[in-house]
Amino acid sequence: MSENPKKLNLKQRYKLLTRGLDWETTYQPMDKVFPFDTFEGIKIHDWDGWEDPFRLTMDAYWKYQAEKERKLYAVIDSFAQNNGHMGITDARYVNAIKILLTGVTSLEYAAHRGFSHVGRHLRGVGPRVACQMQAIDELRHAQTQIHTLSHYNRYFDGFHDWRHMYDRVWYLSVPKSFFDDAMTAGPFEFVTAISFSFEYVLTNLLFVPFMSGAAYNGDMATVTFGFSAQSDEARHMTLGLEVIKFMLEQDEANVPIVQRWIDKWFWRGYRLLSLVAMMMDYMLPKRVMSWAEAWEMYYEDAGAALFEDLERYGLRPPKYADIATKEKNRLSHEVWSIFYNYTHAAAFHTWSPEDNELDWLSEKYPDTFDKMYRPRFDYWREQAAAGNRFYNQALPQLCTTCQIPMGFTEPDDPTKICFRESVFKHERYHFCSDGCKDIFDWEPEKYVQSWLPVHEIFKGNCGGTDLKDVLKWYHLNDGVDNMDYEGSPDQRLWAEWTANRSKAAE
Amino acid sequence: MTRNVTITFQNTEEARPIIEAIEADNQNATAVVMPAMVKIDCPGRLIINRVTVEEKIGRDWDLQELHLSLISLAGNVDEDDDRIIIAWGS
Amino acid sequence: MAIQSIGDYDFPARDAIENFGGVLVTYWNWLDHLMFCAPVAFPFPPDMRFGDVLEQVFPGVYGAHPDFNKIDWAAARWTLDGQTFTPDLDRSLAENGLGHKSVVKFETPGLDGIKGSRT
Repeated sequence: MSENPKKLNLKQRYKLLTRGLDWETTYQPMDKVFPFDTFEGIKIHDWDGWEDPFRLTMDAYWKYQAEKERKLYAVIDSFAQNNGHMGITDARYVNAIKILLTGVTSLEYAAHRGFSHVGRHLRGVGPRVACQMQAIDELRHAQTQIHTLSHYNRYFDGFHDWRHMYDRVWYLSVPKSFFDDAMTAGPFEFVTAISFSFEYVLTNLLFVPFMSGAAYNGDMATVTFGFSAQSDEARHMTLGLEVIKFMLEQDEANVPIVQRWIDKWFWRGYRLLSLVAMMMDYMLPKRVMSWAEAWEMYYEDAGAALFEDLERYGLRPPKYADIATKEKNRLSHEVWSIFYNYTHAAAFHTWSPEDNELDWLSEKYPDTFDKMYRPRFDYWREQAAAGNRFYNQALPQLCTTCQIPMGFTEPDDPTKICFRESVFKHERYHFCSDGCKDIFDWEPEKYVQSWLPVHEIFKGNCGGTDLKDVLKWYHLNDGVDNMDYEGSPDQRLWAEWTANRSKAAE
Repeated sequence: MTRNVTITFQNTEEARPIIEAIEADNQNATAVVMPAMVKIDCPGRLIINRVTVEEKIGRDWDLQELHLSLISLAGNVDEDDDRIIIAWGS
Repeated sequence: MAIQSIGDYDFPARDAIENFGGVLVTYWNWLDHLMFCAPVAFPFPPDMRFGDVLEQVFPGVYGAHPDFNKIDWAAARWTLDGQTFTPDLDRSLAENGLGHKSVVKFETPGLDGIKGSRT
């Protein structure tokens, strides 16, 4: 390192730009100015114990984020100019990014709000700076996703009213309730939930193999915002690990509190990612890796390393991680079955996988697919070919905690639906798993308020009792956004484009 | 058992010299190429040296430029002006 | 364990029976037929005849399965909220012991789904 007395090194810069920016209040006690950072029971003795391992300061942050934006917008422009949407492998793929826009983009925006809130309410300046950066990152992610995917909205159905749908559509209550749960917790639980359990332990599964899959399927726009966002995620992950170590190092009494949050948020995050399992195994015409392989790489291997490292603080791996591992060979098939059953009420299409796709699934899931799942897909395909496409005509029972239809099976018997139940104040509640039941049992007062879409329909709170009324209330165009891909306007448009292309090639 | 640390980059012109520098400075590192990305695993510990990257690109390079092509990582990070270390254990 | 909160935290159960305008929410699961991806939910009046569920409601839902017409209802085995029971088809749901958010499961011996896949 050159000895330039005028130039500060990284550690000095970080110290100067993230410390001593605050003050001890005098007109009001600190506890009144920061009313939320003690009630959860987390004890902090030295806020300066917090350190960003990347030592990113605000000036460097702006510089690199601006550069990322320039690169991203160059790609978005070129994608639009060159009709990039025509270069994707198959229009069925577009349905995966409909889920991304309606489900994930709203979460990015929620994360922006969450980190703004937490940044205001933690009294240490180091973590406040980190939260401020992350709040801006999350807003950037929401904006770039909206901007990128608006290009698809010009041609394909189901993208038109994602913000409205997020608050109403039955399956979008899964991501919404996940984030609302985090945002209504205290600031330390929020950062454990989002920065550690979700960002560090689980988002690799969302952004890395799926975005690689987007690249493989010719969707350069999505890959680019995905990886541009993920470059921020890598920083968030590092901070997520840091925040955990910070809490554990501050006081031994914090350990059991943090452990319980990790148990809860691992399971909530894992259940949320079951949608991604389906997207990876069923919605990418060209596939990079299976959900089971991604789970092995990003949870079993990487998670084992992480939790071994955290053992020295007295933490153990999340409870029920073993159940998640048991479910890896069935998860995507169960979730795809749910959406196949209820595509008439979804803002995207499902379909019968083609032979080569079924073969791929048989190969990736040799112990389960042919025995358990292939027969149903074969049957559904036969029925669809006979003009009798199967749609489930009754509404599903939902889990009170994760709000997903109760389609998950017993950990040790994949042929039986897993039912769990609790009674609280003489009222019965149902769950899809021990993980979801535990979360309820710890804080029943919170989950008795769950807004379960099926029950709300029964109460008449969703535009009416007829499916058509409900779809209208969702702002879903019946016969256009929903139903099988086969026969959809998306399919007709794609067929027309490919026909023109082969004509031009002659 | 020594667990792997990992770092994943976009498969771009900008990331290539960083990947080469990692391979040069970490004998046990293995790089796996996937569509649009490269994942590097290394048992226990991995270092990225500023000087090695500068030698490969022939100009000054700030370690924080790494953020432009980074996708993901696993391990505890420690960064200063000259190197980034990713490691398990303290 | 009471919830950690910044103040009083006590809210009514959102899905208590009085919010449903006089119906019971009930859940039904046909075992070994996972083509129906999850148990189904119905809001039924408590005085609805149990047999009407089988005769009036099930055909529109489970009728999509090739096993449905083969069901011998006399041989079906039932559980209500985890306990085995024999429904009296001519009595009401309430008289049969169904309450708000009850789970009814039934097994149809000899029928194990498409190609024996429990689907």
